[in-house]
Amino acid sequence: MSAYLARRVGTILPTLLFVTILIFGLQQLLPGDPAVVLAGEERDPNVVAYLHKKMHLDEPLPVRYLYWLGGVLTGDLGESLRMQKPVTALIAEKLPVTLELALIAIVIALSIGIPAGIVSAIYKDRWPDYVANAVALWGLSTPNFWLGIMMILFFSVRLGWLPASGYVSPFEDLSANLAAMIMPAFVLGNAIAAVLMRHTRSAMLQVMSSDYVRTARAKGLSERVVVLKHALRNALTPVVTLGALELGTLLSGAVLTEQVFTIPGFGKLIVDAVFNRDYAVVQGVVLFTATAYILLNLVADLAYFLVNPRLRG
Amino acid sequence: MTHIPRIRLIPAALAFAMALGTGLASAQTLRFGLAEDPDILDPTLARTFVGRIVFAALCDKIFDIDEKLNIVPQLAESYQWSADGKALTIKARPGVTFHDGEKFDAAAIKYNIERHKTMAGSNRRGELSLVSSVDVVDPMTARLNLSQPFSPLLAQLADRAGMMVSPKAAQAAGDKFGAHPVCSGPFKFVERVAQDRIVLERYPNYWNKGAIHFDRVVYLPILDTTVRLANLKSGQLDFIERLAASDAAAVAADSRLKLSKITEIGYQGITLNVGKSDLAKTTAIGKDPRVREAFELALDREGIVQVVMEGQATVGNQWVAPDNPFYAKNVPVPKRDVAKAKALLAAAGMPNPSVELMTATTADAQKIAQVVQAMTKEAGFDVKIRSTEFATSLNLADKGEFDAYILAWSGRADPDGNIYSFDACKQPLNYAGYCKPEVDKLLNDSRTTSDVAARRKAYEQVAAIVLVDRPIVYLYHRHWLWAYTNKLSGLRTVPDGLVRLQGLKFN
Repeated sequence: MSAYLARRVGTILPTLLFVTILIFGLQQLLPGDPAVVLAGEERDPNVVAYLHKKMHLDEPLPVRYLYWLGGVLTGDLGESLRMQKPVTALIAEKLPVTLELALIAIVIALSIGIPAGIVSAIYKDRWPDYVANAVALWGLSTPNFWLGIMMILFFSVRLGWLPASGYVSPFEDLSANLAAMIMPAFVLGNAIAAVLMRHTRSAMLQVMSSDYVRTARAKGLSERVVVLKHALRNALTPVVTLGALELGTLLSGAVLTEQVFTIPGFGKLIVDAVFNRDYAVVQGVVLFTATAYILLNLVADLAYFLVNPRLRG
Repeated sequence: MTHIPRIRLIPAALAFAMALGTGLASAQTLRFGLAEDPDILDPTLARTFVGRIVFAALCDKIFDIDEKLNIVPQLAESYQWSADGKALTIKARPGVTFHDGEKFDAAAIKYNIERHKTMAGSNRRGELSLVSSVDVVDPMTARLNLSQPFSPLLAQLADRAGMMVSPKAAQAAGDKFGAHPVCSGPFKFVERVAQDRIVLERYPNYWNKGAIHFDRVVYLPILDTTVRLANLKSGQLDFIERLAASDAAAVAADSRLKLSKITEIGYQGITLNVGKSDLAKTTAIGKDPRVREAFELALDREGIVQVVMEGQATVGNQWVAPDNPFYAKNVPVPKRDVAKAKALLAAAGMPNPSVELMTATTADAQKIAQVVQAMTKEAGFDVKIRSTEFATSLNLADKGEFDAYILAWSGRADPDGNIYSFDACKQPLNYAGYCKPEVDKLLNDSRTTSDVAARRKAYEQVAAIVLVDRPIVYLYHRHWLWAYTNKLSGLRTVPDGLVRLQGLKFN
């Protein structure tokens, strides 16, 4: 166990180091001088020179990298030059917002996708199946930003039911928070619901034609018990795994959705930082995300290791 | 927030919708939609236009400008130029305090000017470069000594260089002052959530409190124009700035909304590389003034304004708009003349010159490029559009790697701020690479006198030269478009595009 753990951790450190080089290197490929962007419309040469110095832009690339890496190793991801706030504080401020959005979105996706998939499998080649498929196709092919703007125009401008954009912390006002989150979460969950529906349908169809389901029916169980208790449970395993995988899609989808609904989350943080050439923020956010993925992978591997005795041999 | 009972969503939404009708839309809070997220809220370090909108509520200035671009005292009670134009004496307005209760006086003026001039990373240093020292004449009188006469100083002091912060708070906070600014404006800082909102509340001891009618102002950056307008229509915002020109007609037709506009002090133009790099010696448009004249004659400015701005701009051919007091009337807006343009190209021996037109990837700039391409084609030009991400385009412009470049300027109250940095030799914003000693002399003459007639004359002479040499072909001056609920009244439309909250109120 400890040897395996050591081996895994041993591969993680070089991976992370490689990631830092990649992030830093890619960032340098962004065209344009960040100091010129940050210096505002006047682009006062004194200010540009000052920013160059402050961002170490006059130093050679490897030296700049070491400056940054030195900070990272001590837990200092630098400071946003535009907002004059530490990057770690920005991440801590924005991440919960996006996590909440993703969580509500996945709940919406599951609660639409799975029932629709079941219905569509049971009524295969009949009208509920066609309707569910048509809706799923629509959900998959509708761009996030378009659906977002349409919903704003309908629910906010026309009906006045929901706020058009913005964010309120749940600790400040829970109902206002949910009212602000429901549209973006629906937009975000919508496409995933379609994917889940398609997968639930095919998994259900496969299970429904298996021997044990026929046995269950032969036993005289009601169709309801057969579907919900026997078939669904087995069909759901791959679907739930898929749902977990789609969480990654949610985080990237949040980038667009947060822009449309002006939600101050992780996605908006990184997009605005790229446009403003706020290097420290871009690097910090990407590094944080990459590290989180790597660590989650490690946890998954370890869990697998624990439950699968064959690996321990 | 890990468990969200779905069943609660709908009642929650309904509760919120009802709250909109009552609590949140209370007459005391102004909710203001910004087109961008401001940068640091420190007048010395600030760099963005949008930040100045927030400063208009937060930080008073020594002077302000009015609807007609006149300089009017704000924190100054009065001012006096010395006879040689090298000293500006300012009487501080009595009874003004900063948001921390500190008194505004001559020592505060001295502190602030020196802070602008010396703070690391100051964006104001260039604006105040000719101020050599500040004397405290008496507790309420400060004198700014200049190394040479500089009449645009008043306009500088009517912008961020004239914003006064509390010396005590600034000293305590150092370079973190922008995280919690302490000024003397009508509203004081409460909180800021990056990319989300800036909250200000009424400062009860404001010197001009009779003009203030809100308890709170919340600035919300909403970048998408459609979403910004949707928020106004749904009643979540009371006021939005920079309405899209394409939405102006719909807002004007909506009885619940009001539309206000005024021509900006800035301009939209095409910078031509006439000497920024050696490239200018080889290109048709760089080496031959006849080609540049033909290029301008091929343009139909009215047409450009209709297509690009849906009519929401004023055509112009100079660095200031035609209704500006400093507009040079001796060089009016030229009419489109394709025949003459063709003749000029023939005379230059280049009937089909090719021009690479660089443009940022913004929607307006792209549209301008396409219209210009089509219009100049009729005169024989072969315009190739080169769409480049904005930061990169600036780099290329700075290196002189372009023929023509679509670039706007947000404008300054004094005409000097719209031309000096662009047309005087070796200035940082002189992307055209234009340099003529006689123009430099005229521009410097116009800076040294505060006599309006003399300055106007100098600008007429400048116009007669630069509008023939054409380092920049000016196209139009956009309209600032503001949309707001019809419950609001008292908006003053000032051409700098900043919204003063003095006088604005709910009916």
